[in-house]
Amino acid sequence: MTTQKPVTEGLFTTEPRLIGSECTACGEVAFPATAFCVRCGGDASKERLLADRGTLWTFTTQNFRPPSPPYDGPESFEPYSVGYVELPGELLVEARLTEPDPAKLAIGQDIRLTLVPYRVDDDGTEVLTFAFAPVEEEV
Amino acid sequence: MMEAVIIGVGLHPFGRFPGKPAMEMGTEAVRMALADAGVTWPQIQGGYVGSYEVANPDAIVGGLGLTGVPLRGVFNGCATAGTAVALAARAIETGEHDLTIAIGMDKHPRGAFAADPSVAGIPSWYGQTGLFLTTHFFGMKINRYMHDHGISHETLARVASKNFGNAAGNDKAWRRTPLSVEEILASPVLNYPLRQYMYCGPDEGAAALVLCRADQAHKYTSTPVRVRATALRSRRLGAFEVQSPSFPVGEPTPSPTVDASRAAYESAGIGPEDVDVAQLQDTDAGSEIIHMAENGLCKDGDQERLIAEGATEIGGRLPVNSDGGLLGNGEPIGASGLRQIHEIVLQLRGTAGSRQIPGTPRVGYTHLYGAPGVSAVTILST
Repeated sequence: MTTQKPVTEGLFTTEPRLIGSECTACGEVAFPATAFCVRCGGDASKERLLADRGTLWTFTTQNFRPPSPPYDGPESFEPYSVGYVELPGELLVEARLTEPDPAKLAIGQDIRLTLVPYRVDDDGTEVLTFAFAPVEEEV
Repeated sequence: MMEAVIIGVGLHPFGRFPGKPAMEMGTEAVRMALADAGVTWPQIQGGYVGSYEVANPDAIVGGLGLTGVPLRGVFNGCATAGTAVALAARAIETGEHDLTIAIGMDKHPRGAFAADPSVAGIPSWYGQTGLFLTTHFFGMKINRYMHDHGISHETLARVASKNFGNAAGNDKAWRRTPLSVEEILASPVLNYPLRQYMYCGPDEGAAALVLCRADQAHKYTSTPVRVRATALRSRRLGAFEVQSPSFPVGEPTPSPTVDASRAAYESAGIGPEDVDVAQLQDTDAGSEIIHMAENGLCKDGDQERLIAEGATEIGGRLPVNSDGGLLGNGEPIGASGLRQIHEIVLQLRGTAGSRQIPGTPRVGYTHLYGAPGVSAVTILST
């Protein structure tokens, strides 16, 4: 059985849901979770699991291997896409997208959260990060 | 308040200079600026020097003369040079100095900038998973802008073609090979919709400006260029900015460029309709298009028609990046904004040679934008 681990703790749950935070003073939602509020300057917050569905606000592709470090993905580079996903009433979050072909992406399309192995360690452990996938048309 | 004027400019060519330290390029740029102003280094009373790669840029005094001059290092991302000239001008405006200098220099390795996300206050996973690239932001911003305002891929290519064409007439530019719209559209996509020849690259170079009190300018030059306004703004909450893991929902807040631009126009008492020539941060072709509107030089979406008409070409109604911009010159961060002002000074003096814009330009405008959401604007006039 393949072992998996998240790229870091405290970023997402296995459901999956992104782990954000909500300022206890003004309600501002943040991701990644933070105690400090960029709206009111407050320093207290509570955990908030963010919506797992949203719409694609904008996107681009990554067609060359990013400078490494900091990138620690596989040497054999496969182009990927990134975008901002609007989670209604919460925030816009930047994420990898599962669909690398820009012709199959569209601003405004419905999109849902998933987890993807973006790298495999020498011992076979898959390192997971969060990504958004286009929602297939309901048949 | 005393007004500051530019009396001397110096520009070391931008490009690749193996074995030549940034400090040496900076020293040469200073000597050119001093010669242009007709002053000597010991006359300089203070100044500001910007660099990303040089650890102690103020050490440039070692190659110029140990006069005890207060020379302060500054850094503000890609707005570094805007900061250096703003502070040099401010020192004159407040009466601290009569004769100041702004210097910028840098020598970047090849390829996209790489850094540890922690230096930008961003968690490690953001870099590990391949999100920490400034080029993503530019791709995503213009993609959304094209969607909202009807800008075509061909217009992106026209901007790049214009800037490489302008650089071809600039012997201090790095990329001097003209490229057609077709050649640019045939180059590989790096970050959709942006292609290889739509991006600038980090490189090497230096620039310097000598400034003095307006009431003393006659001692040095008959063609002083007035510093009418300098403004710098950082990002506000809700603005869509580079290297942002998230930002709030709702109509995005205007970018720091809009804020800096408005502040500069107000301070100068000059409006966008008065600008005769502009230098806008063209990290990529999309940025130049967006920055035309963010700096008040046109309405959102009008770029499609204006660029098709040639309005931003050297012979057009509002020439933009007449020296080739960042696309043609590359970006040594510390020097980039001073290179922009150098070009405006030549244009306002009427000494820009084969790339001189027609007529008698009186007002020039420069703009910088960089991480993590900072913008600097300078308005100059005869």
